[in-house]
Amino acid sequence: MTLTQQRKLKTILVGLAAWTVALLLFFPIFWMFITSFKTELQAISVPPQLFFEPTLENFSIVQERSDYLKHAWNSVVTSFGATILALVIAIPAAYSMAFFPGKRTKDILLWMLSTKMLPAVGVLVPIYILSRDYGLLDSKLGLVIIFTLMNLPIIVWMLFSYFKDLPKEILEAARMDGATPWDEMVKVVLPLSVGGIASTGLLSIVLCWNEAFWSLNLTASEAAPLTAMIASYSSPEGLFWAKLSAASTLACAPIVIFGWFCQKQLVQGLTFGAVK
Amino acid sequence: MTTLRKTALTCAVSLAAVNTLADTQITIATVNNGHMIEMQKLTPEFEKLYPDIDVKWVTLEENVLRQNVTQDIANGSGLYDVMTIGMYEAPIWGERGWLEPVDTSGDYDVEDLLPSIRDGLSWDGTLYASPFYGESSMVMYRKDLANKAGISINDRDSWEHIRDAAAAMHDPDNGVYGICLRGKAGWGDNMALVSTIANSFGARWFDMDWQPQLTSDEWQQAVTFYVDLLDRYGPPGASGNSFNENLALFNEGKCGMWIDATIAASFVTDPKQSKVADQVGFAQSPYAVTEKGANWLWSWALGIPAGTQNAEAAQKFVRWATSKDYIKLVGETNGWGAVPTGTRQSTYDNPKFLDAAVFAEAELKALNSADATDSTLEPVPYVGVQFAAIPEFQAIGTTTGQMISGAVSGSLSVEKALQSANRSADRQMRQAGYY
Repeated sequence: MTLTQQRKLKTILVGLAAWTVALLLFFPIFWMFITSFKTELQAISVPPQLFFEPTLENFSIVQERSDYLKHAWNSVVTSFGATILALVIAIPAAYSMAFFPGKRTKDILLWMLSTKMLPAVGVLVPIYILSRDYGLLDSKLGLVIIFTLMNLPIIVWMLFSYFKDLPKEILEAARMDGATPWDEMVKVVLPLSVGGIASTGLLSIVLCWNEAFWSLNLTASEAAPLTAMIASYSSPEGLFWAKLSAASTLACAPIVIFGWFCQKQLVQGLTFGAVK
Repeated sequence: MTTLRKTALTCAVSLAAVNTLADTQITIATVNNGHMIEMQKLTPEFEKLYPDIDVKWVTLEENVLRQNVTQDIANGSGLYDVMTIGMYEAPIWGERGWLEPVDTSGDYDVEDLLPSIRDGLSWDGTLYASPFYGESSMVMYRKDLANKAGISINDRDSWEHIRDAAAAMHDPDNGVYGICLRGKAGWGDNMALVSTIANSFGARWFDMDWQPQLTSDEWQQAVTFYVDLLDRYGPPGASGNSFNENLALFNEGKCGMWIDATIAASFVTDPKQSKVADQVGFAQSPYAVTEKGANWLWSWALGIPAGTQNAEAAQKFVRWATSKDYIKLVGETNGWGAVPTGTRQSTYDNPKFLDAAVFAEAELKALNSADATDSTLEPVPYVGVQFAAIPEFQAIGTTTGQMISGAVSGSLSVEKALQSANRSADRQMRQAGYY
């Protein structure tokens, strides 16, 4: 086998592996999507049906039974609100740790990450009682605060890694021109890091959008986001897969479309590198 | 100018009127069951009767609902004004003073509630939650398959007869399994059924000193019988099946028999859901050494948390949703086959309902034969047929369910499963200070 043939074979194998992984990841979403167009009986039929007469009945039921727009609005407010608040806190924090590290910076970073290692249910009772005492139960503000705290460690870590990649020389040049630390952050670091900040923000929005544990435990009728709406379609006594799939499809749709438009930033951010 | 002022004044008065029209808002937490969804749809009828009350609904998955309402009531958060709770919670929470007693005065007709259901939702003679619908368990079987196999299913058969019938109908090559039973772990899943089997074999969860009895001969015989029955004549993967999975199998025509909640009767006889709707027969749950506790007793009920700011409005809603008038409203709106059953004697006296529901007689018999206060051969210190109404039972029941589900899947022997479950139950009861 020649070198060119070897390269071609390698490309084909890598491509095949990538497609296999992508299809495996996409299959549950595809199945959810087509199930949303089935009747309840078709949804549970064995063997599963790939070809069937589609119906929009499930979407109509979801629309009739749930206030979709209210849930969607709650998801938008809490996801974007929490992401903006988290970025406002995380950018200065990551900047200071990346460019002015102290003796304990690494320990602080590790400690921040360690908070993600505790299962959320471990702090459910104290968070619930605090929310009750401060009147934050079933409020969007309460969820924004929780989502912010939940995502801060990841956001700080991502931004820290991103800022660390910036060449020190650029900042030294700015300093030579008389820039203060504030100027360095606002006029040099931030413009160079727009891609990284955008992708971090996008990831945070996706994580907030999909969050279910706190949403289910801390909300009731007023602030419940789309994840809570989906959960309401599970039934202990009765068939529900088709309706649940329709609710899930409707809940996923906005964030999938949003992600589609922002995929360039997402990929750039996840593969990293500000000046690469 | 005068016209402008008048218009402004009219607008202001109209706005004020709109604001005061619904001055009390109540939030109701419920599960996504068919009857509950119908109740949500009919809420405008309640709001017509009480225009000053605005009703908000929160629908949750059963386990999430349990967790949320427990958190809400234990912490006094006041998120919910009406909660959908079960027969397990009602007496425990009533005893602790967490629930408002139900207002049964006037034309509510509390005597019309089925005695077994009413007693199960009461503590010390006080009703703490109003039954919205009630259920027991019974045998649902395929008449066509039974005829083909040349066997008969009688009104109440022994477990041996049911096993023989399952063997006769079992035809896995043609996709038919003799019997479908719950196998999925959970105190409300497999343990609901296994507890009734155990009761009928003469077993009990605890003795009079609250010592767990899971290693008794009766438990051993009951669980061995259940595991063997599912292993020989059950569908593959039975350890993962609960109500919905078995409902799907039965409706697809893959089960000769199915023993489960009476509420399933309306689903399996509905041609829109079931391929075998016209072939289903009903019988009482089987017995072994006793009929006591052979069929379970459950009710989804509406309770009002103590301390709610809107207790009066909540009482009005609960009385409306569990009244005879509500059942009539559902019957006239959606048909008499769709009314919530298992709560009132008057429903079973109604000829329109009896015409619409072929399962009515079997369901009422099952409900009336279940007694939460006398469900075991030997005396017990607890109330409940398929559960013991103590706070520790959820954990004990679920752990035991996991062990028995392991025995069904073949990863544990019955003996080891029961020994482990008993050790765990003993530890929990000791920690809780029962002995």
